Amino acid sequence: MIRVVIPAHLRTLAKVEGEVQLEVPRPVTQRAVLDALEAKYPVLCGTIRDHGTFKRRDFLRYYACEEDWSLESPDTPLPEPIASGKEPFLIIGAIAGG
Amino acid sequence: MSRVRVLVGTKKGAFVLTSDGKRQKWDVSGPFFAGWEMYHLKGSPADPNRIYASQTSGWFGQIIQRSSDGGKTWETPGGEKLPESYAPPAGQSNKFVYDTSSETGKPLTTHQWYDGTQHPWEFKRVWHLEPSLTDPDTVYAGVEDAALFRSTDGATTWQEMAGLRGHGTGPQWSPGAGGMGLHTVILDPSNPKRMYIAISAAGAFRTDDGGAAWKPINQGLRSEYIPDPAAEIGHCVHHVAMHPKKPGVLFMQKHWDVMRSDNAGDRWHEVSGNLPTDFGFVIDVHAHEPETIFVVPIKSDGEHFPLEGKLRVYRSRTGGNEWEPLTKGLPQKDCYVNVLRDAMSVDTLDPCGIYFGTTGGQIYGSADGGDTWNAIVHDLPAVYSVEAQAIP
Repeated sequence: MIRVVIPAHLRTLAKVEGEVQLEVPRPVTQRAVLDALEAKYPVLCGTIRDHGTFKRRDFLRYYACEEDWSLESPDTPLPEPIASGKEPFLIIGAIAGG
Repeated sequence: MSRVRVLVGTKKGAFVLTSDGKRQKWDVSGPFFAGWEMYHLKGSPADPNRIYASQTSGWFGQIIQRSSDGGKTWETPGGEKLPESYAPPAGQSNKFVYDTSSETGKPLTTHQWYDGTQHPWEFKRVWHLEPSLTDPDTVYAGVEDAALFRSTDGATTWQEMAGLRGHGTGPQWSPGAGGMGLHTVILDPSNPKRMYIAISAAGAFRTDDGGAAWKPINQGLRSEYIPDPAAEIGHCVHHVAMHPKKPGVLFMQKHWDVMRSDNAGDRWHEVSGNLPTDFGFVIDVHAHEPETIFVVPIKSDGEHFPLEGKLRVYRSRTGGNEWEPLTKGLPQKDCYVNVLRDAMSVDTLDPCGIYFGTTGGQIYGSADGGDTWNAIVHDLPAVYSVEAQAIP
């Protein structure tokens, strides 16, 4: 199982608490994780990446194993600790605004 | 006796205020969708317990919420958790995609940007939701960048009414300081094919065929801040109001100027009359008196607060030109709030109730046609929208 941490507002929207656990086929990539997340929680479609273009929304970042993966290709395999579920994939909202 | 429900959208959540017909004591529920910008909530005239809400965020984009029990519980139509074996096109209720097909309205790809260059349409948020007068599952959405969408399945899926952007003047539309939003949608109860919309900063438009063809209705408007003050397109219309018994009569609060049309927008004339300033955002019509209208004058486009720190609603009982200040119960010193374009509404009880919200978080209500006012709540987040419903 892949572990995903999403921002608090999206947890409320998706009616989940804590980490989200997903079945993701290998190779585990950003695209595969987000596809699985949106398939399980359709209300999240459009909230992390745009409809249609699948472009990451400006004020969100992706982190894996303490590294910023936001600018990586969505099809690059994520580190093994993410793929094995040892570490969570983090989707983080920018600290901005008031 | 009927009850009243007031739906409030704020910068940090939604609130539902309810009272009996006396409208003296209020229950406040919320915040719903805490932390999100709630641009607009509105109930269906055909089923008052069906409410639609625009929930938006600079981080997470647009969500449409729907209630079928008067705002007690909410759902995201089309966004429900589904069985693992079922893989539908997901999350459609928050999917607003501009129509780019050549078959349905010659849709445009660009509008005017601040620097005069052309800029592609980019969906940002839903500013206004207008439920059908007759069908609880049909609802219109005015969005930024300006376009009109319609859902006929209870906000589960949305389709652009592309004839509006495609009618020809789109490349001349440009954003106002707050963005290029389609903020006003008015449905004509006497003619299901007729609809009015307004855009900042493009102007007002009308369709007479249910939304396929549109035409600008801006003759008589004059805006000194655009290159041709009498241009067909480019006016920063802030809000338009109509009384359902006189659907050919429209009232407009423009950036500057309060305007009136007696021929469904074909021609406008100014009715600012003796207002102390004719800048403002809201305008509304008394529920039972089609010639009684309300505005909240704001000092200027550079100073978005009331004149002299005095919050005053102005009422005209003559359809404009002759205005009287309504001050009883409203702060008359040190008040520097704004009242945004969708933040005034009337109920249909007798006497007519009037409500407005401020950027300071107050909701003021009058149960006697505007003669006296009370603060229903004092300390909400900045109020974006107010909609009143009379409930049997």
